[in-house]
Amino acid sequence: MRAVSWHGKEDIRVETFPDPQIVNPRDAIVKVSITAICGSDLHLYTGRIPTMHAGDILGHEFMGEVVAVGHEVSNLQIGDRVVVPFTIACGGCYFCKHDLWSLCDNSNPNAWMVEKLYGHSPSGLFGYSHMLGGYAGGQAEYVRVPFADVGPITVPEGLSDEQVLFLSDIFPTGFMAAENCQIREGDTVAVWGCGPVGLFAIWSAYKLGAGQVIAIDRFPERLKLAREYCKAKTLNYEEVDVFTMLQELTGGRGPDSCIDAVGSEAHGTTLDAWYDLAAEKLLLETDRGHVLRQVIHSCRKGGTVSIPGVYGGFLDKVPIGAAFGKGLQLRMGQTHVHRYLPRLLEYIREGELDPSFLITHRSSLEQAADMYRIFEQKQDECIKVVLQT
Amino acid sequence: MKTGLMNSTCSSSQSAKQCPLSQNVANSERVLSLLGGGSLLLMGLRRGSGAGLLGVAAGASLLYRGWTGHCHLYEGLGINTAESQRTRPGVASHQGSKVHSALHINRDRQEIYEFWRNLENLPQIMQHLESVTVIDEKRSEWVARAPFGKTLQWEAEIITDKPGEVIAWQSLPGSQVDTAGSVHFKDSSTGAGTELVVSIMYNPPGGQIVTQIAHLLGQDLQTELNQDLREFKQLLEAGEIATNAIAPEPGQIQKPVMFDLKVDKS
Repeated sequence: MRAVSWHGKEDIRVETFPDPQIVNPRDAIVKVSITAICGSDLHLYTGRIPTMHAGDILGHEFMGEVVAVGHEVSNLQIGDRVVVPFTIACGGCYFCKHDLWSLCDNSNPNAWMVEKLYGHSPSGLFGYSHMLGGYAGGQAEYVRVPFADVGPITVPEGLSDEQVLFLSDIFPTGFMAAENCQIREGDTVAVWGCGPVGLFAIWSAYKLGAGQVIAIDRFPERLKLAREYCKAKTLNYEEVDVFTMLQELTGGRGPDSCIDAVGSEAHGTTLDAWYDLAAEKLLLETDRGHVLRQVIHSCRKGGTVSIPGVYGGFLDKVPIGAAFGKGLQLRMGQTHVHRYLPRLLEYIREGELDPSFLITHRSSLEQAADMYRIFEQKQDECIKVVLQT
Repeated sequence: MKTGLMNSTCSSSQSAKQCPLSQNVANSERVLSLLGGGSLLLMGLRRGSGAGLLGVAAGASLLYRGWTGHCHLYEGLGINTAESQRTRPGVASHQGSKVHSALHINRDRQEIYEFWRNLENLPQIMQHLESVTVIDEKRSEWVARAPFGKTLQWEAEIITDKPGEVIAWQSLPGSQVDTAGSVHFKDSSTGAGTELVVSIMYNPPGGQIVTQIAHLLGQDLQTELNQDLREFKQLLEAGEIATNAIAPEPGQIQKPVMFDLKVDKS
């Protein structure tokens, strides 16, 4: 089969690999129809996530047709069209039983690696480093899907692949980001980053009762989508002072909750952003925390900070004093995709949202290397890339 | 054990301070020290250079160590490989290595206890064990894989057995390795499943030094125990061991597990 593989910093290739087979009784093999490049794939592309090996197959947003199942998988039939959660979860451990699927105890065969770094291991992920499982990813013609009896969701007739693909990650991720805000009717929610997760978070915040959502970015095309499709007020942080504007829009209180949908590759124009860049070049920190600092600074007292943006390592100069002094709640983590699938699929079916609105680029799997570059450099107003196998 | 080497005249009750030359090197190590020291000394003398002189010095100190059975470095590090003569049950205090692991398994306490209590099940989940043969209600014969492709054998007895709560065992005199271990089981405070605490002490022949070398070679019992218990948990909670393989290993045989592994997916 053909698949997109990682060979080092900014070195993506499309190569031929052996087709995957059923290994365990709860496996399925999915023949991928379409797959997407995620913003978090760019952390791999820029070489920020440790324990990647040359030849690793990338991709964790994918869907397709079931072509084989293990003997313990009774809920899927050959030929079913499914979307696969990017988090791999067993369904039987304490965490899965408590609806905390991305914290599954049993799906990371390399748990010992990440335990050294984090103390405990989160779930395994498709195509996202050896420390997080070393699973072959979904930017491929075929994928071996473990625990297929609890993960993949069958897609009903009448919905296109593009409408449901983002159930695999970014739609639930944006939704959980909003849910983590514990929104009360009429609240103000500020969202940093109008990439796909930020856009879904804006939509979800309104869905969960927000009175106004303020979106922050610097790319006009992203701000336009946030404004026109998701109905947010928008701020371009290269043109205005974000803190001042947020206070003006909230009577000086600050937003009730703030979402950092940017994560560890934050870009900024202030002094601390330059500090981060310098510290990172000197290997003094692994993650750039400019956005998180601004989020904590801006949030109202007693408010909630929700972090769907990915952080992998250590963060310098986190204003924990401000977070403590203002009594903030910080909520974060990988998405418990399984928890949200039925509800979000229902929204799509009812026509409340067509998640394909943010796709800007469609290409073949063979063009993946170019697409990674275009996406990373935000060329050509790129917001979301979908690859056809 | 008669080795023909000089034996310490100090009794074991005397402290190291009263008797600076008390034996703290095992006899097998003393022989190796003598052989190694002798050849280093000869090589050093033949060379005569600066490096040769170093060889002479090192050789002489090894010869001293082998002849007297006392090592000053061991003394400084608090290591004593001579004491373990495997005449007592279990592991003497201040000797050997201890590994320890705690985990939650989302299964009933009694069924996990019963799996462990049948000691012959253990090689299925412990990669360093080759076999366990139950002799009678208390005693069993254990064979383990050791560093450098060797095996070690010992006889163990169960010293504590409270059904559903704790199992503890120790090796008997005459074993090749001193070892002791226990597993405690209790209902999880989360309201479901069982909390296990597994402790294993072992003092291999060669003592600390062998343990350290095995560690350097990547044969670290703690890491191995963690991985073993993780896979045990995976079998009980998920019904299979998670793998990122994209194809079955050639000739892969499904791990035989004498246990009802039906996963509760409710």
